[in-house]
Amino acid sequence: MAVDKNMNILIVDDYKTMLRIIRNLLRQLGFVNIDEATDGAMALSMMRSGANYGLVISDWNMEPMTGLQLLREVRSDAKLKPTPFIMVTAESKSENVIAAKEAGVSNYIVKPFNAETLKTKMVSVLGDF
Amino acid sequence: MPLSIDRDLALHLETLRKERGDTVRVDDIGDIVRSLLGSMSGDLSGGDLKLYQEVESLAGYIHKAKAEIAALRPQDIQSEFIASATDELDAIVGATEAATNEILDAAESLDELTPDLTPEHAQKLTDVTTRIFEACNFQDITGQRISKIVKALKHIEERIDDLVNAFGPELKEQNGAAAGDDGVITDEDLLNGPQLPGMAHDQAAIDALFND
Repeated sequence: MAVDKNMNILIVDDYKTMLRIIRNLLRQLGFVNIDEATDGAMALSMMRSGANYGLVISDWNMEPMTGLQLLREVRSDAKLKPTPFIMVTAESKSENVIAAKEAGVSNYIVKPFNAETLKTKMVSVLGDF
Repeated sequence: MPLSIDRDLALHLETLRKERGDTVRVDDIGDIVRSLLGSMSGDLSGGDLKLYQEVESLAGYIHKAKAEIAALRPQDIQSEFIASATDELDAIVGATEAATNEILDAAESLDELTPDLTPEHAQKLTDVTTRIFEACNFQDITGQRISKIVKALKHIEERIDDLVNAFGPELKEQNGAAAGDDGVITDEDLLNGPQLPGMAHDQAAIDALFND
């Protein structure tokens, strides 16, 4: 099934410049409906408020709720559970990747990243576009 | 026979534990050692004598270490160098963040031109702005690395604070006296590098000084 480029995407990062970079890269890939949150708690609240997100792209290291905690909350919520979730983070130790996989992450991108990596990981999660 | 200590000494130790927890001033340690030695009475065995010598040697070592640490002026390290280093690092993060946002503003403005261009030129422009967006990733990584350094410096600052407290007011007085300024500005004093925002003269102030 073709990827709907009008889907809602939620990007989560406590660093506003990074939100801006990801938003621009997504826009260049043709995705226009992008919401932003600056930590896991804000993201979770937005997801539970009824917005139907086709993809979450989240940083890990944020306060008060980290990206890993957000991922666990999403995976333990019956309604939100199927949401594709990509972690984009500077945390590159193998134990981080293992913990994210165990929590149910859909894919994992290490910062700094390029547009090609972002697209490749999105295709692996969503299908070709 | 089980080891017993003098009742006054035991009370002294208990008071110190209540008042200071794990941070005990070196002078207090000296008092305790003196009390311990004073409580030793009667015939000293070979083992007692060895213990006495070890304790005396330990006291000498502590006094020597105290003098050496005082010479390092730990309060200067804490109040001047570490504070200055963390401010400089914060300024680096702030300046690079501002510059990154300027670059992103410019790249977004370029991106907005694509609808007015031929598909071929629009694609070329998009390729260029994509590279700019990718390159701006550096700011996030740089900020995180610098935050780790600031955290490490703050940890060192706390340890130095504990050290200064453990040595008591005597060390603080020594540092205060050593840090005196004779008022003479040397060439080396003039090598300070970029000033922190708010601390520096702007060009108008420099012009005013220059034309004074």
